[in-house]
Amino acid sequence: MRLTLDGEVITDVEPIVGYLHRGIEKLAETRTYTQIIPLTDRLDYLASMTNNVAYCMAVEKLGGIKVPERAEYLRVIISEMIRISSHLMAIGSFLNDCGAFFTPLLYMWREREKILDMCDMISGQRLLYNFMRVGGLSQDVPAEFITSVKKFVAEMPRYIDEYNQLVKENEVFLARSKGVGILPKETAIAIGASGPVLRASGMKWDVRKMDPYSVYDRFDFEVPTGQNGDCYDRYWVRILEMTQSLRIMEQALAQLPAKGPICADVPQFFTLPAGEVYGYIEAPKGNLGFYIVSDGSIAPYRLHIYPPTLINITAFADMVKGWKVADLILTFGSMDVVLGEIDR
Amino acid sequence: MKFERYGVGIAKGLGMTMRHLFRAPITVQYPEEKLKISKRTRGNELVWFPDRCTGCGTCTKACPQGNIVLVTHRGEPNKFIVDKFECDTGRCIFCGLCVESCPYNALAMSVKYECAKYRRGDLVLGKEKMAVSAENRPSAYCRPQFEEGLPAQSLLLYNREEGGQKLKFIPLSTRKRGSHA
Repeated sequence: MRLTLDGEVITDVEPIVGYLHRGIEKLAETRTYTQIIPLTDRLDYLASMTNNVAYCMAVEKLGGIKVPERAEYLRVIISEMIRISSHLMAIGSFLNDCGAFFTPLLYMWREREKILDMCDMISGQRLLYNFMRVGGLSQDVPAEFITSVKKFVAEMPRYIDEYNQLVKENEVFLARSKGVGILPKETAIAIGASGPVLRASGMKWDVRKMDPYSVYDRFDFEVPTGQNGDCYDRYWVRILEMTQSLRIMEQALAQLPAKGPICADVPQFFTLPAGEVYGYIEAPKGNLGFYIVSDGSIAPYRLHIYPPTLINITAFADMVKGWKVADLILTFGSMDVVLGEIDR
Repeated sequence: MKFERYGVGIAKGLGMTMRHLFRAPITVQYPEEKLKISKRTRGNELVWFPDRCTGCGTCTKACPQGNIVLVTHRGEPNKFIVDKFECDTGRCIFCGLCVESCPYNALAMSVKYECAKYRRGDLVLGKEKMAVSAENRPSAYCRPQFEEGLPAQSLLLYNREEGGQKLKFIPLSTRKRGSHA
């Protein structure tokens, strides 16, 4: 990030991206559709499951593959779990940038660790899960997982209360974050921002609600929005979203079919009909899309990733111009930036 | 900066951290104390069952890195004999697709996880190192038949009495759920 300063006031910001470029889009052209799934883990590494889901759903859309009911519900449960974990990380690091040095972050990591434990239980790794497959899941979850998730859903609201007690009314935090780094609703829509950044600006837009994919149309939940689009709203929208995620998880657990197939009959190597598809979901950070061009072979002709963080960060220069350097750190923290997704 | 409420919020937050002083720690002292890993763990080595392997080479095709080397020659009628079976774990991403693709259950992920080596060459696993043995045990990743012998995972979610990882930890806030919204 290149800053131009006038004393301590920022006059210009230029985010310079590309230091983490790994050529995932190009690599994907040389790999089969199944082999791309581990690559998508490495995009937004704090929420790998939703990346897998987004990619698999794009492939399923093009191939016309029907996912079994149980797999759909498990996908919903797991992606909401990952949403909570990603938001915990986002809020924790944001408070860290505010000057609440590491205490809230470590409290939130405690709950994140529980989620990672559960993901470890089902997939075998803590961060790069590679769990979703085209047509469902790679393997069925153990019975222990469902009881653990139920316990987690029951406990989590109390911990959210704990976070609120920590900083929500803290005057120093309020003074630093309210009215800072404002992203107006019109600008947010114009640049195509999505996720909590867009919703904090007052726009009620969520892919889960507006264009329900998977089984999201069967759940009753709200889309929390902010009013001002400042740093505090972005923080508060994430807290509210976590409670909504818990609501979705609770309903999904109640509706989850006890038995049934977890994957459609899709072989390891398969071809897709020639054509193009754009599949997108609501990832924790916003609208994550995969654009696949197929020429009928076992590998995609072209894969393009539409990452939410890269789009959101284009608004960054407008948000911090005229503010001080200390506010820039705060605004950057509230954007929930994961560089693995920006550079791909 | 305005202290409209005379620092009540700050005091609340500090009270929360203060109360955390009196609870048991949830961390473990790693090299001395070790948590039980997941049954499906994708450890840093592969486990190979030589008697089950037919040398079909599906694992080499499934590997995204092109990392598995398999050299066979034809022995008796309709039977491949594996001359060389090698995996460079320095380049492996431990995605587990080779294990998942194996049609004869001849490959599994291992439960080992501390595999730092001094030389890069040591990371290349050959037939002998990969073969199943008392040290090289398979995990239950895509192989539910191995689940029984493995210890239950220690989860932070549960207390130690319930098979969890650490001493009892009680959430401090007692407010009813949903009250913050």
